Amino acid sequence: MATAVGTAGQVTERSGIWEWMTTVDHKKIAILYGITSFFFFVVGGIEALLVRTQLAVPNGTVIDADLYNQLFTTHALTMIFLAVMPLGVSFFNYFIPLQIGARDVAFPRLNMLSYWVYLIGAVMLTASFFLGGAPDGGWFGYAPLSDRAYSPGSQMDFYVISLIILGISSLIGALNFAVTIINMRAPGMSMMRLPVYMWMTLITAFLLILSLPVLTVGLIELYFDRNFGTHFFAPEMGGDPILWQHIFWIFGHPEVYILILPSMGVISEVIPVMSRKPLFGYAAVVFAGAAIGVLGFGVWSHHMFTTGLGTVPQVVFSASTMAIGIPTGIKIFNWLGTMYGGNIRFNTAMYFAVSFLVLFTIGGISGVMHASPSVDSHQQDSYFVVAHIHYVLFGGAVMGMFSGMFYWFPKITGRFLDETSGKISFWLMFIGMNATFFPMHFLGISGMPRRIYTYEEGLGWDTWNFVATVGAFILALGVLFFIVNFFQTMRKPRTAPADPWGGSTLEWATTSPPPDHNFDVVPEVRDRDPLWYNRDHGISLPARPEHLHIHLPPPSYFPMIVAMGIGLIGVGLLSHLALSFVGVAVLIYGIWGWSLEPTS
Amino acid sequence: MAAGTHEVEHHTSLGVDNRKLLMWIFLASECLFFGTLISTYLIFKGQSLVGPYPDDILDIPLTSLSTFVLLMSSLTMVLAVYGAQHGRLGMMKAMLFATILLGVGFLGFQVYEFRHFAHVGLNLGTNQFGASFFVLTGFHGLHVGIGVAYLISLLFGSMRRSGLGKDRALWVDTAGLYWHFVDIVWIVVFTVVYLIPS
Repeated sequence: MATAVGTAGQVTERSGIWEWMTTVDHKKIAILYGITSFFFFVVGGIEALLVRTQLAVPNGTVIDADLYNQLFTTHALTMIFLAVMPLGVSFFNYFIPLQIGARDVAFPRLNMLSYWVYLIGAVMLTASFFLGGAPDGGWFGYAPLSDRAYSPGSQMDFYVISLIILGISSLIGALNFAVTIINMRAPGMSMMRLPVYMWMTLITAFLLILSLPVLTVGLIELYFDRNFGTHFFAPEMGGDPILWQHIFWIFGHPEVYILILPSMGVISEVIPVMSRKPLFGYAAVVFAGAAIGVLGFGVWSHHMFTTGLGTVPQVVFSASTMAIGIPTGIKIFNWLGTMYGGNIRFNTAMYFAVSFLVLFTIGGISGVMHASPSVDSHQQDSYFVVAHIHYVLFGGAVMGMFSGMFYWFPKITGRFLDETSGKISFWLMFIGMNATFFPMHFLGISGMPRRIYTYEEGLGWDTWNFVATVGAFILALGVLFFIVNFFQTMRKPRTAPADPWGGSTLEWATTSPPPDHNFDVVPEVRDRDPLWYNRDHGISLPARPEHLHIHLPPPSYFPMIVAMGIGLIGVGLLSHLALSFVGVAVLIYGIWGWSLEPTS
Repeated sequence: MAAGTHEVEHHTSLGVDNRKLLMWIFLASECLFFGTLISTYLIFKGQSLVGPYPDDILDIPLTSLSTFVLLMSSLTMVLAVYGAQHGRLGMMKAMLFATILLGVGFLGFQVYEFRHFAHVGLNLGTNQFGASFFVLTGFHGLHVGIGVAYLISLLFGSMRRSGLGKDRALWVDTAGLYWHFVDIVWIVVFTVVYLIPS
């Protein structure tokens, strides 16, 4: 059996809550990530419902302007940083080692540190509601609105500190995943035999690695402006508010690809398996993904067309933005080509994957529309943009994640989510999301600005706002169905076989759920679709050896201690600096213990 | 580059140890971190509304000396890596110690410079030069400080009975990557901030 060797001063008990708090097993960390991020998905959803309820009718009185500002800001921050990104990380964690044939990620303790830091940042951001108010300056925190002069409370300090902390978590995770995918592949798995999902994960990791430090510097400068008397973004003292926008969007635009690429990876797994055909144009999909990643760093100023950049930058950024539609289009046609002529199983996972194609394409088309500076100057800051980002983020990223949940649920839990209930929740979400976000195109075209907490009667916005609110509740009902489905499924016996869908990638070569050490024997990879190759060539997996001597890394307290140090530094920066020094001491103690802890 | 005497222990797809690869990719991230800080400095070059201006107070001869000190620390770091890889532990420890001393020396120059600037009236909030200068060089100094702590922990580790263990060369080599990176950043900062006239 796989053994976890414990020594003095290390965690030896392997039961209950301590096991979960000190685990370094990528599968358990993935489950922690999954549950936490889904919780925040619900929190962000409730925030959105409050916003939609306020806007349902003209002159709404459900919430006041101040709370409205906090809600729309935290809705965006929650959905992006606390729900969709970590939900992606949950799948990365579970399936990177399984798909590349490894026993764990390269740095198991860093993996757990990444989770703890995420949890601290998430709690800090959400707790701000009860500690003087949540951030209220929009998710991009435009300076000088976010400066001390116009935002005197601690709200934007919470924004700065929790985003830096969440950035640390994402950076640690991304470094870990990049090293794992590059360096821990099973024998025979060359880079061009990696599953497409792994390619998209690798590209996402590099986008995070290269874009997060830019945001970190911007946030540090904003924090200095707010607390230490600098004037980076205050124009009256020679500062430049446009600099904040550049810095933010150099991070912010790669960020949208960070949100969508994992879902593109998921459906690149689901569609071939459910169509029972290899992915059409593997190399094209991989290179298109890489092209999206590279081009994603060269389009940020399309968020800033109305700041008066001048003609040449506008033309350049308009062209680069339109260019990014090409690799995206390539992928869409490759997925369609995969389904063409396939023997398709239309189960819930496939429903969500196909809806991704439809909804993401709608969002992509409206994206190309405001790639034109002249068109954009009409749409800037209107509900048209809100419609666009929700089509790509909800219709794209979230629908893709739900596809992944239905596809991989049997692997993770050994149980099938109920198909009938799943299809009901799909249709509720699909109808609800279109009813919510499609009318926003009309609202935007007819001039309704974003981020207004109420509007007058008779501006022609009444009907569509009401429809959007009804849609939001239908959508929420769909998510509720999914939650009920989840709890009902978890009470059923484990019936899933190792490979319920006839999948092609290595995670289906082990039991459902997999053992702690993932694979009894690390499989050898001979093709892009290794399991299909083995099936077609009559190769059976090597038999389980009599004695397994696999040493798994022992659980550890130190990720928790290091994360506490980082959290204390953050709390200190929000209250008393002295607390930060305590945090530094805890951090040093944690790192010291970490490096001396035996790992085998 | 786990040269001659040292075999890579675990099998990896690239043949590079995971920890070293982690450092390389982390340094890619750091490039963007300093790139943004340096860009901020360049954008605000000549944008200060009030003095003191860079030409008034930057002391190029003194900073050339501190730059020399930091660059010499890269030489001693290389020798420490050489010692670690060839089993010459005395050399490794001496050179780690020298690197630490030179790093602390550089930080001493920086503390002196910051205090001097504050004395002649340049603070974070004085003007755009003050803000971008202190944040850029301050975060570089923080990186040097973390590097010094990193090397001190290696030096202490090498004095334990078990030394740095069988991965000795890898640990020192990886720390060396970080140290050289911080040095290279300083070469850019020195050029951009001190040498290019405003």
